[in-house]
Amino acid sequence: MPQWIRACATDDINPEDLIRFDHDGDTYAIYHAPDGRFYATAGRCTHEDVHLCDGLVMGHLIECPKHNGQFDYRTGEAKRLPVCVNLKTFPVKVEAGAVFIGLT
Amino acid sequence: MTAAPFPVGQRDYSLVGPDSRRAVEIGLASAEWYHSDVPRAVMKDLMKRTDGPAIRDTILWFALLIGGAWGGIYFWGTWACVPFLFVYSVIYGSSCDSRWHECGHGTAFRTPWMNDVIYQIASFMVMRNPVTWRWSHARHHTDTYIVGRDAEIAWMRPPKTLTNFLALFDVIGATRSLLILARNATGRLTPDEKDFVPESEWGKMILAARIHMAIYAATIAVALATWSWLPLMLIGLPRIYGSWHMVMCGHLQHAGLAENVLDHRLNTRTVYMNPISRYIYWNMNYHIEHHMFPMVPYHALPRLHEVIKADLPPPNLSILDGYREVFASLRRQKTDPEYYLRKTLPPSAKPYREEFHTLNIARSGT
Repeated sequence: MPQWIRACATDDINPEDLIRFDHDGDTYAIYHAPDGRFYATAGRCTHEDVHLCDGLVMGHLIECPKHNGQFDYRTGEAKRLPVCVNLKTFPVKVEAGAVFIGLT
Repeated sequence: MTAAPFPVGQRDYSLVGPDSRRAVEIGLASAEWYHSDVPRAVMKDLMKRTDGPAIRDTILWFALLIGGAWGGIYFWGTWACVPFLFVYSVIYGSSCDSRWHECGHGTAFRTPWMNDVIYQIASFMVMRNPVTWRWSHARHHTDTYIVGRDAEIAWMRPPKTLTNFLALFDVIGATRSLLILARNATGRLTPDEKDFVPESEWGKMILAARIHMAIYAATIAVALATWSWLPLMLIGLPRIYGSWHMVMCGHLQHAGLAENVLDHRLNTRTVYMNPISRYIYWNMNYHIEHHMFPMVPYHALPRLHEVIKADLPPPNLSILDGYREVFASLRRQKTDPEYYLRKTLPPSAKPYREEFHTLNIARSGT
């Protein structure tokens, strides 16, 4: 069972954008998709360890700010070189105006 | 970070030598770089992708290529072909570099296939393996001018001025590129290539090299069959006789500036240029801005420059102004390879990130 950790308020993230969330020495990216849903992934690119929080969200893609590699943040799938390794994703739930990330 | 600065002395620019290992040991490899502060909403607007500007520029690009080629063929054998081939060669042999570059980043167009098509065409024109160079350029952005990590350091110290300026008509560079493609086409990769290109991509590297070499072989065959230089003047040779603008702009990017630093304001140069050069170069004269924020498309770089220029060293005011600075710095580096030009920041700027290069700062010029 995941442990649910409060990451942010829902209105902390604009639609089609993301923020960085640090917890217990790890960094995560929390996304607000254009359809209003929220998602969470590991916070650093699998290619060169760059923080994704400065990247660009386009639809359901997050583009790494360093080398423009892209992931589908819903599944973590690597979509554009130079990223080859998928991004880890985490479950998310929204309760009482807050976004929770499920960590195991 | 309190690690010792790099030792003074000869550098090893290979990607598998002692400087490479040392860069990893002291945390210079894949490190976090300095960024000027830009509000998130402004940055999102700057990063926004659109097809319009690149489609407009690409239509003009093809029109100039087709028009130049037409005039070159029609007037071949007379002096009237010269202006046509001049335009054709610069568009082929120089602007191919900026198109390769921006489409490689995936920022020129919003539509991915458009980036990919122009990237492949431009890679052929610039005689670069489209697979290899995608990865080497990724490394250039990760570890810009970190000795032993960056495969694209053009001005190694001490600088070989004559060799680099012979490259203005890129005989050496183009020949080297062609030999690399020929080697790749036979299935052979160097240790450096194996270092920065993942193994999963090696097969694609070899295939791309074979396609490029097949086109060159066909061009040579047509030239021999027609007993004319014209086919080679249109395919292949423009990479030599039209590359002067690419080389002229490219040398301004980093020459004479710092190595082994984590602040692009210390190792990269922004130069104001005329509109024609900016078209050919796709605004890469805003080179500090590009390195600091590589996800900003070329057409938004002038706006980004306005947003962050108070945090940057003053740009060079022209290509000539840039070269005055480059030559002065390179002259010093020929006798003192530790020297680099350290520009004074405006009072509004944040200080340089200096933790890795205290010794070098003491030896730098201003």
